[in-house]
Amino acid sequence: MLKLHYNLEKVSMGLVGAIIAVASVGGIVEIAPLFTIEETVEIPDDMRPHTPLELAGREIYVREGCYVCHSQMVRSLADELDRYGPYSLAAESAYDHPMLWGSKRTGPDLARLGEKYSDDWHVAHLIDPRAVIPVSIMPAYPWLTRPLDTALIEDNLAALARLGVPYDEAMITNAEADALAQSRPDSEGADGVRARYGEDVAVRAFDGDAGRLTEMDALVAYLQSLGTLTDAPQKMFAEEAQ
Amino acid sequence: MAMIGTLTTKERQIGMGLSAILLVLGLAMAGVARQGPMALHGAIAMILGLALVFMLGGSLYDQSEPSASRLTRYYDAPTRFGIVMTLIWAVVGMAVGVWLAALMYWPEATPPWPATSYGRLRPVHTSGVIFGFGGNALIATSFYVLQRTSRARLVDAVSPWFVLIGFNLFCVWAATGYVMGQTQSKEYAEPEWYADLWLVVVWVTYFVLYIRTLARRAEPHIYVANWYYMAFILVVAMLHIVNNLALPVTLGSGESFTIWSGVQDAMIQWWYGHNAVAFFLTAGFLGMLYYFLPVRAQRPIWSYRLSILSFWGIVFFYMWAGSHHLHYTALPYWVQTLGMTFSIMLLVPSWASAGNAIATLNGAWHKVRDDATLRFMFVAAVFYGLSTFEGSFMAIRPVNSLSHYTDWTVGHVHSGTLGWVAMIVFGAIYSLVPKLWCRDDMAWPKAVEWHFWLAITGTLIYVVSLWNAGITQGLMWRAYDEGGALSYSFIESVEAMLPYYAARTLGGGLFLAGALLCALNCRATMRAAGDRVDESDRPLATQPAE
Repeated sequence: MLKLHYNLEKVSMGLVGAIIAVASVGGIVEIAPLFTIEETVEIPDDMRPHTPLELAGREIYVREGCYVCHSQMVRSLADELDRYGPYSLAAESAYDHPMLWGSKRTGPDLARLGEKYSDDWHVAHLIDPRAVIPVSIMPAYPWLTRPLDTALIEDNLAALARLGVPYDEAMITNAEADALAQSRPDSEGADGVRARYGEDVAVRAFDGDAGRLTEMDALVAYLQSLGTLTDAPQKMFAEEAQ
Repeated sequence: MAMIGTLTTKERQIGMGLSAILLVLGLAMAGVARQGPMALHGAIAMILGLALVFMLGGSLYDQSEPSASRLTRYYDAPTRFGIVMTLIWAVVGMAVGVWLAALMYWPEATPPWPATSYGRLRPVHTSGVIFGFGGNALIATSFYVLQRTSRARLVDAVSPWFVLIGFNLFCVWAATGYVMGQTQSKEYAEPEWYADLWLVVVWVTYFVLYIRTLARRAEPHIYVANWYYMAFILVVAMLHIVNNLALPVTLGSGESFTIWSGVQDAMIQWWYGHNAVAFFLTAGFLGMLYYFLPVRAQRPIWSYRLSILSFWGIVFFYMWAGSHHLHYTALPYWVQTLGMTFSIMLLVPSWASAGNAIATLNGAWHKVRDDATLRFMFVAAVFYGLSTFEGSFMAIRPVNSLSHYTDWTVGHVHSGTLGWVAMIVFGAIYSLVPKLWCRDDMAWPKAVEWHFWLAITGTLIYVVSLWNAGITQGLMWRAYDEGGALSYSFIESVEAMLPYYAARTLGGGLFLAGALLCALNCRATMRAAGDRVDESDRPLATQPAE
């Protein structure tokens, strides 16, 4: 070994080749199988992708760096199951480019947040967290009441479809209209959203004002969708409990 | 500009050509994007290109050629520039860090506009210190060390400037992008696709410069510091490219989606993230340690064998360890177990390096006592040993169940970055600045001592307060009362953090004060630059034998 290195350190390109070869092994062994084994590629039948409005909310979640303080990954530990709910499955983030599992919980985990609180609660909390939870240290996001820019929504869906997220032609071409309609329950487009994304999709004026499509609509729609894209974890949890 | 004076007319012309290309590239970017961060980034590139064209163009007539004898000397002007950038980024990056630490204690102080929100500033802190401060220090010292240990001048005078200026453009794009809300959200790989592509070009140039200079070495053996710098350059390229593969939404939007999703993305992200720690924040700085510590102590490296063992151990083992960031998650169990196993084995090469560095100081302990610069390097080696031990410990699954997601992790990272990375950089800077600005010593030698004590006190306060914070948090989350219900709501654990967050702000503030002192001290030293040139500091020419 030492003799081998002694000779190697006299040949610069030899050293380069050896570093690349030795450094590649770990990644290849750990990463390559993840693209083939059932545990990581199986997707439940009822799994749906995010609606255009939720996706726009996800972009805002990323833009504001929410993932810096909130994880979206319930670990398989007793206290986490009691605090948050069923542990997260690989399939739940299968359509997430990128995943938002997070690495720090300055605030609580959000993987099971969907429909836990009312829309009004979220709106009030995002505008001024301390109005709802006096000792919260979350920053306020008062600017989220501005109008949502939907110019890129169609392109976003198209790009994700190219990466394998199951958005069909109709979903892509109607993306902008669907984003608006999901926040207007009484509009004609609302049925279209349900037809394309499923009856369980929440169609509401998330920010309390159906007249305006705001960033708040998008973000709250996204937060309310967390953990609701499939029932698989709840079903598995119920089966295990029996 | 003195820097341009080191270039020949031909080199200035090439530089002008490259600057013109940058100008056009920036114009194209701004034109395609029209609005948003990408347009601003195009404008920044344009202005930089334009400024460089004028500076170089003006000098074509004004300044005389450097003397031909320059080729018998080392080329240190890029290193001087790199050190200045290191100091600027240190102050910026650490100041943002302290401000963010204060906001966690005092969130009401957050200004009501988007650009300065916590979530947007946090990557400014991490990228600012890792890439801005750490990256510039690595590039600047690597040029210096490469030349001395190879006894060869840098192979050309243009590419080192391209690497440094290009890298800093990347850093500026990154920081300005974040405050405008532009991010890929991948931790420590947040910049968007065009910035990532730009970094690849810069990095390939860096590698070519490095390997070509190495090929000219007048030493048959490549010195250990260069193994590490090379591993840093090569593996960071590999990690950067794989983790940042992304599909732009449209060419002009400056937004993209990573091609990876879900659990595969998580694994690739932490394969990247942990090895950014290994090859950006460890390998390169070990290169620094292996050169500056023995030189300052005037002692040879204690063990050649140990340095071989630790080098290949680090290159091989680290790449497996990333999955310890994903214990108990949806990542398959066997991958977590592999990550844990290799993380524990990593302790062997890590302690081999730390031990080798400390044993090198045998016979020079009086210098450690008297010389604050050498003491910076000694403390760096000690913190390297401590943090790698802590890291292996935290990778053990049950320990991780407590520590993960808490401030313990943040404390651990800072024991590495403040205690090890920043300390070795300061040691290298205090060694280099007097030498490169032709003086016997720093302008304010006593300030180095002050800086040392500010840095060590700050680090200890920071790390100890976040140990307490993290362990308290982890225990509160998992505490059950007698009835079998969770004892604490989440917000109670947040409330319990406040004293620790206050203490860590103080610790960070002390560390920042030290860094500021260092920057001022260096500025004073540079302004009082001497003209004494060390004639012995040049590639050894073949000597006639009598």
